[in-house]
Amino acid sequence: MATPLSLKELSKKELLLTAGHRMCSGCGAPPVVKMVLLASDYPVVASNATGCLEVSTCISEYTAWKIPWIHNAFENAAATLSGVETMYRSLKKQGKIDKEIKFIAFGGDGGTYDIGFQSLSGAMERGHDMLYICYDNGAYMNTGIQRSSATPLGADTTTCPAGSVVPGKLQERKDLTKIMAAHGIPYVAQASPSHWSDLMKKVRKALEIKGPKFMNIISPCNRGWRSAANDAILLSRLAVETCYWPLYEIENGVTRVTVKPKEKKPLVDFLKPQGRFKHLFAPENEWLLKKAQDDVNAYWERLLKEEEFTKSEEVPKEQ
Amino acid sequence: MGQKIVAVTGNEAVANALRQVNPDVSAAYPITPATDIMQRFTSFVSNGLVKTEMILVESEHSAMSACIGASAAGGRVMTATASQGLALMWELLFIASGSRLPIVMALVNRALSAPLNIHGDHSDGMGARDCGWIQLWSENAQEAYDNTIQAFRIAEHMDIRLPVMTCMDGFIISHSIERIEYLDDYAVKNFVGEYKQLNPLLDIEHPVSYGPLILPDYYMEFRRAHAEVMSKVPGVVLDVAKDFEKISGRKYGLFETYRLDDAEVGLVILNSAAGTSKDVIDEFRNRGIKAGLLKPRLYRPFPYEEVGEALKHLKAVCVLDRADAFGASYGPLFMDIASSIYHYKNKPILINKIYGLGGRDYLPEHAELVLNELAEIAKTGKVKTFKEYIGVRE
Repeated sequence: MATPLSLKELSKKELLLTAGHRMCSGCGAPPVVKMVLLASDYPVVASNATGCLEVSTCISEYTAWKIPWIHNAFENAAATLSGVETMYRSLKKQGKIDKEIKFIAFGGDGGTYDIGFQSLSGAMERGHDMLYICYDNGAYMNTGIQRSSATPLGADTTTCPAGSVVPGKLQERKDLTKIMAAHGIPYVAQASPSHWSDLMKKVRKALEIKGPKFMNIISPCNRGWRSAANDAILLSRLAVETCYWPLYEIENGVTRVTVKPKEKKPLVDFLKPQGRFKHLFAPENEWLLKKAQDDVNAYWERLLKEEEFTKSEEVPKEQ
Repeated sequence: MGQKIVAVTGNEAVANALRQVNPDVSAAYPITPATDIMQRFTSFVSNGLVKTEMILVESEHSAMSACIGASAAGGRVMTATASQGLALMWELLFIASGSRLPIVMALVNRALSAPLNIHGDHSDGMGARDCGWIQLWSENAQEAYDNTIQAFRIAEHMDIRLPVMTCMDGFIISHSIERIEYLDDYAVKNFVGEYKQLNPLLDIEHPVSYGPLILPDYYMEFRRAHAEVMSKVPGVVLDVAKDFEKISGRKYGLFETYRLDDAEVGLVILNSAAGTSKDVIDEFRNRGIKAGLLKPRLYRPFPYEEVGEALKHLKAVCVLDRADAFGASYGPLFMDIASSIYHYKNKPILINKIYGLGGRDYLPEHAELVLNELAEIAKTGKVKTFKEYIGVRE
């Protein structure tokens, strides 16, 4: 019997990422990891790409992980976990292990969208029974806020600093969630720690599906976003409410938008509290602000159409 | 000791050794001239001759990454590669050894690009010589087969727990058919034994963390611990060789010496070229020239003291390198040999020849040329050139 996804029941479960880790105060990643692990009623073995989460949670003889955990390198969390999962299958087949174990990889956007993309794509194509979780904070935060392919349009980073000639990042984000869906894997989703129940339901659903699964979870970084340390959940909520970060899932090719804001807020509500977008509010960058809003609108419209369009592909559930 | 005599290629022999060892998991990516090993092995998988779960990855980087994950998970793991493949694994080689994971990898030695070349030389293995792995080098298919089987015992020894690379020359050995003796499947199975887990990730009752961040406060202690383990390797290699002799009748040491005890001039050479050299040494002996040879087997960790003892009485020695170390004065093997005789008061004069790059043939006439030069050096004490390329167009 699965633990009900109620705060009362969940509060009785042990947190598998302990306090005392060295992530920055107000970082979005630890709550994301805690929610992911709380959602599972199965034992989990995790791999972790090099990055903030990894360097801050296992230092010398101290580890914050109460589950088996492996960090290998920056670009190979997926390949590494594919090895762990394969050994599990081998030993299970030989009767040397009988427990049901789930496998989850954690990587930041640098280790997932960019340097680890090939490793991720390969592991998904090979069909390993694992869930890959990207905690997306939109830049290489661990090395000091350098641009990644997940950095939003117009953002100021240390490698695309907003200057008098270049107004921050000039390219749009890579749409990794859709790229993962294009792999034809059984489950892909986007989630946000602001919508914990939605996030945990998706994790739970993913873990029940055999095969490769991918989830992209927005994870505010107050150092990189130049925002208040206590605004991580607020900002991730605004990302959802402005439709900058739509909450949806694609299950066997069927798209479902899981949270539809009652009233779609203007993108500036999400951008304004973040210092990385400050320069966009200067008169000469108005075009960029407009483009950012237009992009969000277009994407949201397309997503709703996609939901409508793929509905017909939905296999009716047996009564 | 039932042994079967067969005529097979080096790759086929290694693939057969891997079938007999029957690992739990293998992850590999094709690359010439190692492709053939995994191709043969996957046919064993497809036909149910092994229990191994294959991971057919999208790159060598992922091959070694998956091997690391699988090994940490708690089982026997192997892979094979060559050249650019090994180069792409580079950062993971250090992670595999630093994490003390007993992975076995067949390295079919091949030249590195550029220019692109698929043939045998030692640039790949030499580039990886200091990455914390154990390296066993093999002259022929028989040695490659025997080293592969012994590699698992060495890697998985509870005092060691380090990855092992077994090296053989690309094409020259990997693709040439030789007469070799296979052990019984049962004998190999018994010899390698059951895999012993150490801190397996899959033991969910006892969660462990692999791959911590270790800063200046402890990093150096970790490295020294690794160095200390390395120092225990030669003893284990010899113990394993003794056990192997019992089932095979074949003797292995840290290195092989050929007519070296009373020699005045000698060659030091790795892998397949040693065979050609031995023939020429016999000819020189017939002519009354006391020539001999030393062929390293355990190249990492390098048994400096033992090699020094074996060479110190010679008058002149040529170290033949099938790889150059650009920017250094000498080839990589030369530098190790020089280090091993450095502290002796009386020691041989050392010269260095670079040969056989990118699969260039090493011919008897090359060995003759070198031995004649050594005889002259032994007589006069004079050296014309300390290092040069041989078998090369001027």
